[in-house]
Amino acid sequence: MSSIVCKDLCKTFQQGEEIITGLDHVSIEIDAGDFVCLSGPSGSGKTTLLNAMGGLDTPDSGRIRVGNTQVDELGKGPLADMRLHKIGFVFQAYNLIPVLTARENVEFVMQVRGEPAQERSQRSHQILKEVGLEGMEDRRPAQLSGGQQQRVAVARAIVSKPTLVLADEPTANLDSVTAGQLMDLFVELNQNHNITFVIATHDTRVMAYARRLIKMRDGKIISDEKQQQPQIED
Amino acid sequence: MTITLRMAWRNLWRHKRRTWLTVGAMVFSNLILVFSISLQLGSYRMMIDNTLKSYTGHMQIQREGYNDEPKMRSSIDAIIPLADKVRKQLGSDTVAARGVAFAMTSSEERSYGLQIVGVEPEFEPNVSTLPGLITKGSYFEHSNAEEIIIGSVLARNLRVGIGDELTLLGSGHDGSFAAGIAIVGGIFESGIAEIDRSMAQLPIGYFQNLFGMDGRGHNIVINAPELSQLSSVQHAVNNILTANDRLVVLDWEQLQPGLKQAIQADFTSAWFMYGVLIVLVAFSVLNTQLMSVLERTREFGVMMALGVKPARLGSLVITETFVMSGLGLAIGAVLGIAMTYYLSIVGFSYPGMDQMAERFNLPDRMYPSLSLLSIMLGPSIVFLFSLLASIYPAIRLFFLQPVAAMRAV
Ligand SMILES: Nc1ncnc2c1ncn2[C@@H]1O[C@H](COP(=O)(O)OP(=O)(O)OP(=O)(O)O)[C@@H](O)[C@H]1O
Ligand SMILES: [Mg+2]
Repeated sequence: MSSIVCKDLCKTFQQGEEIITGLDHVSIEIDAGDFVCLSGPSGSGKTTLLNAMGGLDTPDSGRIRVGNTQVDELGKGPLADMRLHKIGFVFQAYNLIPVLTARENVEFVMQVRGEPAQERSQRSHQILKEVGLEGMEDRRPAQLSGGQQQRVAVARAIVSKPTLVLADEPTANLDSVTAGQLMDLFVELNQNHNITFVIATHDTRVMAYARRLIKMRDGKIISDEKQQQPQIED
Repeated sequence: MTITLRMAWRNLWRHKRRTWLTVGAMVFSNLILVFSISLQLGSYRMMIDNTLKSYTGHMQIQREGYNDEPKMRSSIDAIIPLADKVRKQLGSDTVAARGVAFAMTSSEERSYGLQIVGVEPEFEPNVSTLPGLITKGSYFEHSNAEEIIIGSVLARNLRVGIGDELTLLGSGHDGSFAAGIAIVGGIFESGIAEIDRSMAQLPIGYFQNLFGMDGRGHNIVINAPELSQLSSVQHAVNNILTANDRLVVLDWEQLQPGLKQAIQADFTSAWFMYGVLIVLVAFSVLNTQLMSVLERTREFGVMMALGVKPARLGSLVITETFVMSGLGLAIGAVLGIAMTYYLSIVGFSYPGMDQMAERFNLPDRMYPSLSLLSIMLGPSIVFLFSLLASIYPAIRLFFLQPVAAMRAV
């Protein structure tokens, strides 16, 4: 069963006099458990599509279903609930709350989800270890490198085992070693926990990890192909 | 500590100086408020106490209508037995009967029209401070002594001293001619010019005799043990009076409307100033929190994108204000208490205070009196208004679009 179904999505932005096309009749289906990369030049509509899928922004027309939820029919509150409970987000940068430690950043969202305190502290500890941040739980974002910050963001996105992770240029600020480690982590989570990944990127190193590579330009999908995903050895 | 509280606390110290400035504004106004309100409430109490103690008392029994138009004939029959009954039933001896008449009072050299008050020598000292303020001679020995007690200014004006004779001419209860002689037995000095200039007292027996009162008088002064017990005592006195429906009990606010008005006027003008202070603090909180929300737009955008609802972010902003105002309240109240306590011991005066002091029988140094009310009233209002001022910045979060907010710099 498809995890995400987008039908005929259109989105324009007004910037002064100019009307900018964000999405131009985009239709796409993404299977549950898939590992998809959205690529394309800057301004091609990757972020706009990702935001639409995640219920962060509403398209002008078209329909979106995520799992069993008809996203385009939801109001603000239910949209927020859907983002909170079903989707993990990793943004390009400035993901974290600066006044909270790595661990508190993870726990904060869990607390908002209403998870009990004991579970929060256990799971946040566990997940930070999984993303390789053992011993750095009590550091604030400013005391972590860009890559470490992104790992915290990833930990926060996946700690409650969402069905879908949407990542927007997660490696943009990372050197290639760190970027590689992050992608390995994604693939591992995808394979072991069956979490669907949709990653927007123009980083060709990232694209190499995808099982399905979708290319966009000017708000349209111009190619969509399956490819061999490198195997991760445990 | 919950994460929200921790977040609020750390957020406050992201801009140490700004937070301290805002807390400083709260501390400053709380300090001023604690001190001024303590001073104000303290001086009102003193004003009321001193004014009422010198003559008026906390309440009086009078014939209906006497207070508005004090006529000789608006009198109370058999006033001493009634006063005895009130004393007995209240179980209190701070009850004293009086008669009031008007007489031309002459010494050998001068004459003045004066209000003459007939008093019960045994009980008058319990309701009034005047008998205790006699500086020459002494108070009446008994109810029928043909003696008069006068204020020091009046004695000077009449040019009389102890043992001199004064002639009283007036009209009696039935309108007939009343005349008599009294020896100056005592001279008091209250410090209140008005009283020292115009007050003269006779013992009530002689007074009734002189003015043909036939056992009557004009009012019975009653003091409650504390001003705060006034209404319960008034209630009890009313019960005693049920048999006589022409008598009423009036409290000091009715007897001295000027005093009440002066207090109200002072209160109003003071609160106008306090209001300005409080609004200024509220605006500084508004400014601080608005800035702090604006510069965190991106951060709030990320949180909203993750599914955190605006109400939760708003409550974070309000929690921050709560903590900040709590600091202002605590520090301000502690400093306010310290300063007020110090001044309540060494006293305090300001220019122009002597006029006010003279008018309302106050000492020329003021001693603020600390009470839970005077400590908490101002700071609580500042606290409340600070919280109110943070509602607007909090509400702005409801209009934030996560995507747009994350694009913000
Ligand atoms: N809020 C907005 N207001 C105005 N224009 C916008 C807004 N969001 C996106 N756009 C425009 O819509 C188009 C698509 O933008 P989008 O962010 O989806 O591109 P992208 O593929 O993510 O680009 P990049 O790789 O640079 O992140 C661009 O031309 C962009 O300028
Ligand atoms: Mg983008």
